[in-house]
Amino acid sequence: MNRLKVSLPGLELKNPIMPASGCFGFGEEFAEYYDLSVLGAIMIKATTLEERYGNPTPRVAETPSGMLNAIGLQNPGLVRVMNEKLPFLSHYNTKIIANVAGSSEEEYVKVCVEISKSPYVHAIELNISCPNVKHGGIAFGTDPEVAYRLTKAVKAVSKVPIYVKLSPNVTDIVVIAKAIETAGADGITMINTLVGMRIDLRTRKPVLANQTGGLSGPAIKPVAIRMIHQVARAVSIPIIGMGGVMNADDVLEMIMAGASAVAIGTANFSDPYVCPKIIDSLEKRMDELGIVSIETLIKDTREARYEK
Amino acid sequence: MKQENMSIVENNRVTKDVHEIVLRGKLVAEMKIPGQFLNIKVPREDLILRRPISLAAIDPHNQTCTVLIRSEGQGTKSICAMKVGSSLDVMGPLGHGFNYDFLKSGDSALLIGGGIGIPPLFELAKQLVDHGINVTSVLGFTTKDAIFYERQFNEYSEVLISTDDGSYGTHGTVATLLSGQLADKTYSAIYACGPKGLNRMVNQNYKDHPNAYVSLEERMACGMGACAACVCQRQDDPTKNEKVCDHGPVFRVGEMVI
Repeated sequence: MNRLKVSLPGLELKNPIMPASGCFGFGEEFAEYYDLSVLGAIMIKATTLEERYGNPTPRVAETPSGMLNAIGLQNPGLVRVMNEKLPFLSHYNTKIIANVAGSSEEEYVKVCVEISKSPYVHAIELNISCPNVKHGGIAFGTDPEVAYRLTKAVKAVSKVPIYVKLSPNVTDIVVIAKAIETAGADGITMINTLVGMRIDLRTRKPVLANQTGGLSGPAIKPVAIRMIHQVARAVSIPIIGMGGVMNADDVLEMIMAGASAVAIGTANFSDPYVCPKIIDSLEKRMDELGIVSIETLIKDTREARYEK
Repeated sequence: MKQENMSIVENNRVTKDVHEIVLRGKLVAEMKIPGQFLNIKVPREDLILRRPISLAAIDPHNQTCTVLIRSEGQGTKSICAMKVGSSLDVMGPLGHGFNYDFLKSGDSALLIGGGIGIPPLFELAKQLVDHGINVTSVLGFTTKDAIFYERQFNEYSEVLISTDDGSYGTHGTVATLLSGQLADKTYSAIYACGPKGLNRMVNQNYKDHPNAYVSLEERMACGMGACAACVCQRQDDPTKNEKVCDHGPVFRVGEMVI
């Protein structure tokens, strides 16, 4: 019996671990470090209709137990992702989740139509929460009506399940989660980064050229845990959790909060081998904690919710 | 193998701020090209980004490599405080380094370095001399007390030094030396690494030179080309960019906007 397997819409995962979008490119660089087939899934870098070169530099700044980034959705564009990046990833025995971003509803729809036709894409992660672009991104993820409309529009055209990536930069994330569930989303991924800033004491100006950036890393893990816990009680679609996960304990904590699978982001920069290391260490930690399988942990967590 | 806990066999303070750290490990077998860098994990859990540090010397015979680190921020301070016998988590070698395949024995090369940009030029000087190239090193520092590796560069090259305050060598910057006593000299290849001002000057002054290279610096996260943090604009189309960690850090002069 595979104790690590998880079944989600469109995604039969051999384990619940996947690199988060934006922290893994399109897998090519990490493929030189280890066999990507060990991963439950891969969330590719956000893909837009046209090629994008992103924001001016500096684009990253370190913060206590975390980092700020303002990359600005740099990516080679839909055509090259379809023709070069996805075929490369298809050589590995893992699931591909295509992160889709845009600056207008029309762009999101166009990209979802095309990318969902790819035989290599198993699900779409609808990125309505990027804090680092002037148009689109987070603007679609902070208003429940806008999020509802966009989710409904892409759901109508996509051939694969839609997971909506939620922003933590809202007053009440539950309202947004319920809106996209009503619109037909198959799942939720959460959380994207928290908007932050650092100021250089010598120049007295923000360190990042974009001024603000998205905060990620262990610093945000308690926020992610809290929000997943809230949303899991309010919706019935599955959640792929993310936000500061560094090790197997963090993974199990996130599942206990209500996630059904877990993505690893910033930790890939500290240790390129972090995903395989977590996968290798999960079962031992589960033994120590009396967890039979990931699926039973998900089920027990859900049942404990209903009993309350 | 691209990552290893390398052991610190030496940690010498060579100026008030700069440490020379010698690391031993199997990873050295992968290190061949001058100008490549290591991405070193800070030995603190709260600092999660690695520090990209260029290779200053490679000694395959003793399975060691040398890095020169300026103890500047919290991360580099922690690395420099590490004791001999302890280990550092090292990724690398990373990036594309200095190319000299096109040079023949008897050719001449000019190395232009400034401050903490100087270290990668040292391994380059060693390898160029091994290939029979005549090397001239022009090195700029802020002040006399900030000078490091003068003796080491002297073993492999003719060395000219400038200091911003005139406390040693020529008063001024490397540009003062280049436009002064070296003004009439020509070289088969030019290699540079230094602060932005120096790199920009080299990018401008040698834009018509067929074999001029400059090593750039940008804030990095992954150090391996995945995150797209450390980009630099292309000269031929400034709407496009290249990743410094992956396409660089060494670029042909005139290729990038500096």
